[in-house]
Amino acid sequence: MLKLAVAIALACIGAALLLNFWRLVRGPGPADRILALDTMYVNTTALLVLLGIHLNRTVYFEAALLIALMGFVGTVALCKYLLRGDIIE
Amino acid sequence: MLEMLTALFLLIGAAFALIGSVGLARLPDLFMRLHGPTKATTLGIGGILIASILHFSDQGQGVSLHEILITLFVFTTAPISAYLVARTGLHLDARNGDNVD
Amino acid sequence: MKRWLPQPLTSGCLWLVWLLLAQSLTPGHLLLGGLLALVLPLFTVRFWPDRPRVRRPLLLLPYLAVLLWDITLANLVAARLILGPARRLRPAFIRLPLDLRSELAIVLLTHTISLTPGTVAAHLSPDQRVLLIHALDVDDEAALIARIKQRYEQPLKEIFAC
Repeated sequence: MLKLAVAIALACIGAALLLNFWRLVRGPGPADRILALDTMYVNTTALLVLLGIHLNRTVYFEAALLIALMGFVGTVALCKYLLRGDIIE
Repeated sequence: MLEMLTALFLLIGAAFALIGSVGLARLPDLFMRLHGPTKATTLGIGGILIASILHFSDQGQGVSLHEILITLFVFTTAPISAYLVARTGLHLDARNGDNVD
Repeated sequence: MKRWLPQPLTSGCLWLVWLLLAQSLTPGHLLLGGLLALVLPLFTVRFWPDRPRVRRPLLLLPYLAVLLWDITLANLVAARLILGPARRLRPAFIRLPLDLRSELAIVLLTHTISLTPGTVAAHLSPDQRVLLIHALDVDDEAALIARIKQRYEQPLKEIFAC
């Protein structure tokens, strides 16, 4: 029962990641790409937690937490760069 | 019983995460796309993390509370990311001369 | 007291986060977490120009309960909007005049708006008086503003007394 649920959930997150990737490639603007990348990070966090449940290991939490952290920092840095690069220009 | 609840939360969470990404992929402009990831995906990961808490608390090694950290983190950072992306979008639009505001 | 423990709330949160991260209540972790909780605010206190004042912290609990319920509900609404035909959506930018003056209160309101039904906060005017909101599907602009003001801004005003 749980195995099946995890499998379905993994498929959902995988599909979500593909959709995010499509938006990342498609754009059209830089802001869309940043948003797509940020969503990919969040979905990857979910994927790692799911993997942890699937393999019954708790070691994946640290990885999930780190991915979530990096995603946020990356998004902020990219947005700040785009926002500030203009002021300097 | 607990296993069923875990499975339920997993499926709800994964469904919301997928809906958020569908919104990101199919809505026509940046500001509408923002709504999917900030709300649905955030709740989606919340659901999956609740499932994880239930699952690992069921393993007989005490209550697993690790996941609360990730949940809190995602819930506090998602609006900030959305705000920054929206600002970036407004800024770039203004620079390109389309008056959105 | 003020000098060695400038932000008791921050210290408490840091301690709790450390214990959650370590997943243990052994004396070693209690001590190490407590040490970090004491030292980190001392180093970062300079980054906080005005110390946020929470007047009635207990009111935060009902506020969070309402927020959690609204987030869940918001997602069902958002899911329907996202999966429905995109042409029928009526997106709009809305200006929300702010009555809040405390920075922390504005941050909390912005978070709330971004996580609840069909709205994302997009821009705060430099004088912190107007918040620009993007809404996914607007029926009645005035009603939406009134709803945000009454449901979220009013309680925040009471909590922070500003």
